[in-house]
Amino acid sequence: MSAVISISSVLSPEEAAMKRRLGRRRRLIDNLVRAFCLLATGVGLFFLASIMLTLLWRGIVALDWTVLTAEFQPTRYGDDSLPKGGLAHAIVGSLIQTFIATAIGTPIGLLVGTYLAEYARDSKFGLAVRFISDILLSAPSVLIGLFIYQVVVLPTGGFSGMAGALALAIIVIPVVVRTTEDMLQLIPNTLREAVVALGAPKWKMITLVAWRAALSGILTGVLLAFARIMGETAPLLLTSFGNNVLSTDLTRAMASLPVSIYQQANSGFPDLIEIAWSGALLVTLGVLIINIIARVLLRKRH
Amino acid sequence: MSASTSTFPPVGRRRRISDTGDRIFAALCTAAGGFVLVLLGAIIVTLFIGALPAFERFGVAFIWGTTWNPVEGREEFGAGVSIVGTLVSSLLAIIFAVPIAFGIAFFLTELAPGWLKRPIGTAIELLAAVPSIIYGMWGLFVLVPFVQKNIQLALGEQLAALPLVGFLFESTNFAGTSLFSASLVLAIMILPFIAATMRDVFDQVPAVYKESAYGLGATRWEVMTGVVIPYTRVSVVGGIMLGLGRALGETMAVTFVIGNANRIATSLFDSTTTIASVIAMEFPESLAGSLQQSALFAIGFLLFVISFAVLAISRWLLRPRLK
Repeated sequence: MSAVISISSVLSPEEAAMKRRLGRRRRLIDNLVRAFCLLATGVGLFFLASIMLTLLWRGIVALDWTVLTAEFQPTRYGDDSLPKGGLAHAIVGSLIQTFIATAIGTPIGLLVGTYLAEYARDSKFGLAVRFISDILLSAPSVLIGLFIYQVVVLPTGGFSGMAGALALAIIVIPVVVRTTEDMLQLIPNTLREAVVALGAPKWKMITLVAWRAALSGILTGVLLAFARIMGETAPLLLTSFGNNVLSTDLTRAMASLPVSIYQQANSGFPDLIEIAWSGALLVTLGVLIINIIARVLLRKRH
Repeated sequence: MSASTSTFPPVGRRRRISDTGDRIFAALCTAAGGFVLVLLGAIIVTLFIGALPAFERFGVAFIWGTTWNPVEGREEFGAGVSIVGTLVSSLLAIIFAVPIAFGIAFFLTELAPGWLKRPIGTAIELLAAVPSIIYGMWGLFVLVPFVQKNIQLALGEQLAALPLVGFLFESTNFAGTSLFSASLVLAIMILPFIAATMRDVFDQVPAVYKESAYGLGATRWEVMTGVVIPYTRVSVVGGIMLGLGRALGETMAVTFVIGNANRIATSLFDSTTTIASVIAMEFPESLAGSLQQSALFAIGFLLFVISFAVLAISRWLLRPRLK
């Protein structure tokens, strides 16, 4: 404080006034920026709240036992005696495709992540794999649908649940790669050295010690991948296409929750749109709950 | 000497550890790595093969042609409108999202008290987890009516009277499904990605640098513009490019709110289309092997090239920080 006073006492009154004005200006700008940041954060949270509240408000209206247990029915618009439709076919289809996709994508992603963390180091091939995997992580998912259409749907003669699961599996791989590599890199090298010093071969060191030490992190990646593909629509539109009846046949077109939501939301009939909202609520709750579980799992570790 | 060595078992009889397991496992991991490369290569090649008939028929002009006519017998396709729609909607989304994302990142790194950082950070990250289709529905049933009533009719009509820039706001499309709505939804969707990247790179600025600036009496804003931004500039641009890459390929949300008209939008409130939404709208109904399907593969290939370039630049810019 004393230093400030001594400096200002050297200044002429005009200069001192100028300095005070400058100080006020700096403070004003700082406060304006702070207010803007607060506002920006508020805007972000507002959108999340708006989406969640809209989903709850409009999704609960039609959410009842029928929605969960009945198959698709055409609109009852203007005739209440017709049977009420549901989303059972879509829920079952979504679960089947999501589980198969996770089961296919996880081992591949795990091996790639292990390769990057344990073998690649900074080799050119490793850098290329890491780079391409990161590109795949953000690549437009609709193009993965086009790819599977060309290599699976066309040769097998039609849309199928298996094609849908394969498209989703491609989306799973890079998510699992990223988390596996990150988690394995957090493991201290001394642990690896200790295991190898006991005479264990490298592959036993990785599978029995490194994977186990990174288990919760790897599991988080798998959960995040699962949540991500649960809501994927575009690739399924081109691969498993959708189906109005309950089907567990992987060689035929299969319904999925996101595709059913898309079709019913665009149907223009109020009762079908209500069902679409219930489906949207189910998908979002599922995705967000899995995300929160994954985060809790990861936090326990650190 | 000979007595002491004989107490140890001869070296030759020690059980040798076989390295077969190691070789198999290393080969397996390397093969999986190679699979990822092959996968991406296969995607490019497959899209290109699917696109060949359209490229052969229309040549390079396909890229800027603006006609899109799937009617049998008079088929003609050009990617011009959807490419422009994709680029313009994504760039607008970036313009909307970057200031907000910056505000959130600044708030989370410098302003928020410790106990608030985690819940708000998590909430913003959850915004990234909400599926695209949900943004589409919310956009169509909540945002579009709002834009139509409170922005286009209330504000747009006034702004349309302005000289020179008025045409940007003047539109005969009053449905509310428009370029503006699409950019707004895209902005909300990429907001968490940009904000999270910015927060992560801001957090990596050494505390000593910031503390030195604070010690000299700098305000938080001056620390931000004088220390944090210069230190993280490259990575911040990388984060923005990542958001751009995401926006370019976004499909379902855009399909719901952009209006899907094969027309270049001259006004914010015109309806237009993007590559991804043309594919989502027309592909499921196109005939296998038709020229239309090939044209859809062709625009898919172009989208792949564009987003690959953007994502590669983003990744390259983020390389020093997010390693």
